Amino acid sequence: MSDEYENKTGYQAQSSETISSGSGGGSRTASDIDYVRPAEVTDQDLYHGHSFITKWVFCQDAKVIGVQYFLLATFTGVVGLILSWLMRLQLGFPGAAGFMTAEHYYQFVTMHGMIMVVYFLTALFLGGFGNYLIPLMVGARDMVFPYLNMVSFWSFFVAVGVLLASFFVPGGPTGAGWTLYPPQTILEGTPGSGWGILLMCISLILFVAGFTMGGLNYLITVLQARTRGMTLMRMPLTVWGIFTATVLAMLAFPALLVGALMMTLDNVLGTSFFMPTIIQAGEILEYSGGSPILFQHLFWFFGHPEVYIVALPAFGIVSDLISVHSRKNIFGYRMMVWAIVGIGGLSFFVWAHHMYVSGMNPWFGFFFATTTLIIAIPTAMKVYNWIITLWRGNIRLNVVMLWCLGFIVTFVNGGITGIFLGNVSVDVPLSDTYFVVAHFHMVMGIAPLMVIMGAVYHWFPLVAGRFLNETLGKWHFWLTFLGAYSIYFPMHYLGFIGVPRRYFEMYDSPYMTSAVGMNEFISMAAFIVGAAQFILIFNIIKTLKTGKPAGSNPWKANSLEWLTPSVPPEHGNWGDKLPVVHRWPYDFNVPGAKEDFITQTTPPSDVVGTEVEKT
Amino acid sequence: MHPGIIFFLVILGSILFHIFTPWYWTDIASNWGGMDDTITLTFWIGGGVFIAVCLFMIYCVFKFSYKEGRKAEYKPEDKKLEKILTWATTIGVAALLAPGLIIWNQYVSVPKNALEIDVMAWQWGWQYRLPGEDGKLGTTQVININDDNPFGINLDDPYGQDDVLIQSDLINLETNQPVKILLRSVDVLHNWYVPQFRAKMDAVPGIVTYYWFEPNKIGEYEVLCAEYCGIGHYAMRGGVEVQSSIDYKKWLSEQETFKELIAKQQKIEFENKKIVKNNNFLLNKEIYKEE
Repeated sequence: MSDEYENKTGYQAQSSETISSGSGGGSRTASDIDYVRPAEVTDQDLYHGHSFITKWVFCQDAKVIGVQYFLLATFTGVVGLILSWLMRLQLGFPGAAGFMTAEHYYQFVTMHGMIMVVYFLTALFLGGFGNYLIPLMVGARDMVFPYLNMVSFWSFFVAVGVLLASFFVPGGPTGAGWTLYPPQTILEGTPGSGWGILLMCISLILFVAGFTMGGLNYLITVLQARTRGMTLMRMPLTVWGIFTATVLAMLAFPALLVGALMMTLDNVLGTSFFMPTIIQAGEILEYSGGSPILFQHLFWFFGHPEVYIVALPAFGIVSDLISVHSRKNIFGYRMMVWAIVGIGGLSFFVWAHHMYVSGMNPWFGFFFATTTLIIAIPTAMKVYNWIITLWRGNIRLNVVMLWCLGFIVTFVNGGITGIFLGNVSVDVPLSDTYFVVAHFHMVMGIAPLMVIMGAVYHWFPLVAGRFLNETLGKWHFWLTFLGAYSIYFPMHYLGFIGVPRRYFEMYDSPYMTSAVGMNEFISMAAFIVGAAQFILIFNIIKTLKTGKPAGSNPWKANSLEWLTPSVPPEHGNWGDKLPVVHRWPYDFNVPGAKEDFITQTTPPSDVVGTEVEKT
Repeated sequence: MHPGIIFFLVILGSILFHIFTPWYWTDIASNWGGMDDTITLTFWIGGGVFIAVCLFMIYCVFKFSYKEGRKAEYKPEDKKLEKILTWATTIGVAALLAPGLIIWNQYVSVPKNALEIDVMAWQWGWQYRLPGEDGKLGTTQVININDDNPFGINLDDPYGQDDVLIQSDLINLETNQPVKILLRSVDVLHNWYVPQFRAKMDAVPGIVTYYWFEPNKIGEYEVLCAEYCGIGHYAMRGGVEVQSSIDYKKWLSEQETFKELIAKQQKIEFENKKIVKNNNFLLNKEIYKEE
């Protein structure tokens, strides 16, 4: 490696002369036009595990850690899914499950929400896809701090353990709603106000600690460990999405951490951060002077960026999938990058749109409505660019593309309803109703899930070396897409009626009786969509051994993760020599090129005469 | 079947559902028709964008599906197109934001003639207090709340003595009379919400929050708690009856004032030498203990 380093620096002076003395000349040699700046740091030393435990359990290979994150997040996701079934059973067919009390219902609502947002989506996108893809896509051998990365996963493991343990403590898990608003969270009128909320806070603190270890890794790997030629503006949008989301997470999670800590102090030591003077059951409690709204500010200062922590990786991944399977460059790459960064930045100035009717100073509404609707502009630009990428492409209508199309439909639908809710006075009648439930499930539940599924079908051949079954994949897609759409599209209209969320039972309010039929329908759809997910699990188990072998770069993609010497990539990713990058990852169907794709490592001398982008 | 057809049917189905849905707004009974209008406007603009984007996508899927040997267009950027789209979106967003902010301005600016109503919430119930003849509500404090003083009115506040106390979760309102709802809670977050009035706001322990509306349709409405407040949240209902001016005045004259309550209790105390546990608070305490 060091020899090569010297060689390259040797002709640095020569090549810069050539460029300055007359770049239009035809006298340039291949080594001149293929010149890439030499590496600035030496190659990374990796710890190679020797035993089963160091190779597969306490493993330091980011790819294995990625898969570990993926599997554990999926497991908690299945728990969340089962909880949602139980909730839908109660809502569609009240009393059908005999054991279901209001107490249980609220516990399931809470755990479902927290699991899906934090322990499923966040862990899956950043821990799962981030770990697997970042080093491969930027041409690194591994994350820069492999040991810390291993600790990150095991912190997450313990966090999940503590979270699930709360199902078995006296009083059960917390039933405070996933937003955990005090004072009710730690008062007796809420299920799990003793052990349940304590374990929830501890679990969140562990999660944030573990996530910080992983997050630092992702950031520094992207900033410091990119291979030669991989400039920031040549990174795949997947990496941009995950990178920006991680920056958000680093800034947003501390707010959740202090919120959880302060609430634990209120709960255990009797401080009054969030607790004013309270009378419960006729007795005055020993709290005074705290502010419940302070917690809401802390929570949503985390909670809104959290939406984008989930959404930005999805934006990035779907851009890459659409581009590869449309055989066309992503339209407006630079706009896409700046939109990701812009959305990320703006997401810190919109949090109080969750609090229009919280009792905060109502004049804040003007500011937060304006910032919220401004964020719609870069988001809309991304949508336009996805569909323009399809325009005049050569679209493979495979399962991966179907998930992408499903994403566009559900994301635009959920984005539009976001404009209803962000627009302060429109939010007044709709907040705390099923319109909100429908909106956020569509935009940050179903839409990112579509991307996750697309990504699974897309990268499974890389991870396992075999294709997933297309026919099963199509069944999985259509059942999930049509089913989920029939759950959440009509649900908005329950919100118009005025049906409030978090109601264990509706009773027979006259204007709500018409909702009964719809609730039954939605519940049936929910059972089907949930069951359809097991098609994927079956598909994975089936094709892991018997699927069609994928070989190297089966989708004819350009980005580095497909260009490893062995498939699936081994520890260290690149064999002896790190790849050298010459272009962005979107050179598909370049006029003048022989094939319909030019990989990132193809040197310019191999594609002389093509009209490639000068990135 | 070509996937584009299914996607098209989904979009068509969405439009038809919206047109023919039996589930839509509960008939409005307050002055906030502007909120409904803004929602309608947002449906037109937002729905238009949704349909346009999806139809464009579906067209591309039909027109440009994979053919061996076909060349896709290579066009990384189009500054002009991107500029047009950015401006068009900005204008659309501004068109939605403007009416939203105008109505919000009305929402936070309470008319001077609004009748102030103290809505007090607890786990899990409501009670109400109206100003007496002096037109002003007396000040309150949570620590004052006890069996004799269920609203926690400051005894040395002269404005409090003639306040009308309604120890029930049902309240009557006068039609076409703006009301300013002053919300407070003695324990956790609640939210006094009547779907037909459109308006809502959280009740937050420790502070007093407010919103206003003008009921304009005579009838009975259900009050729902719209902010999760523990196990009894779904059962925390109340009622509003909007009445004509004459009926309302008759109802109001039958209600008890704070002064009358004190006098009555002193009398009972005098007779029985003990406090009669007759208020909602204790009733609730009992229910609470059972749970």
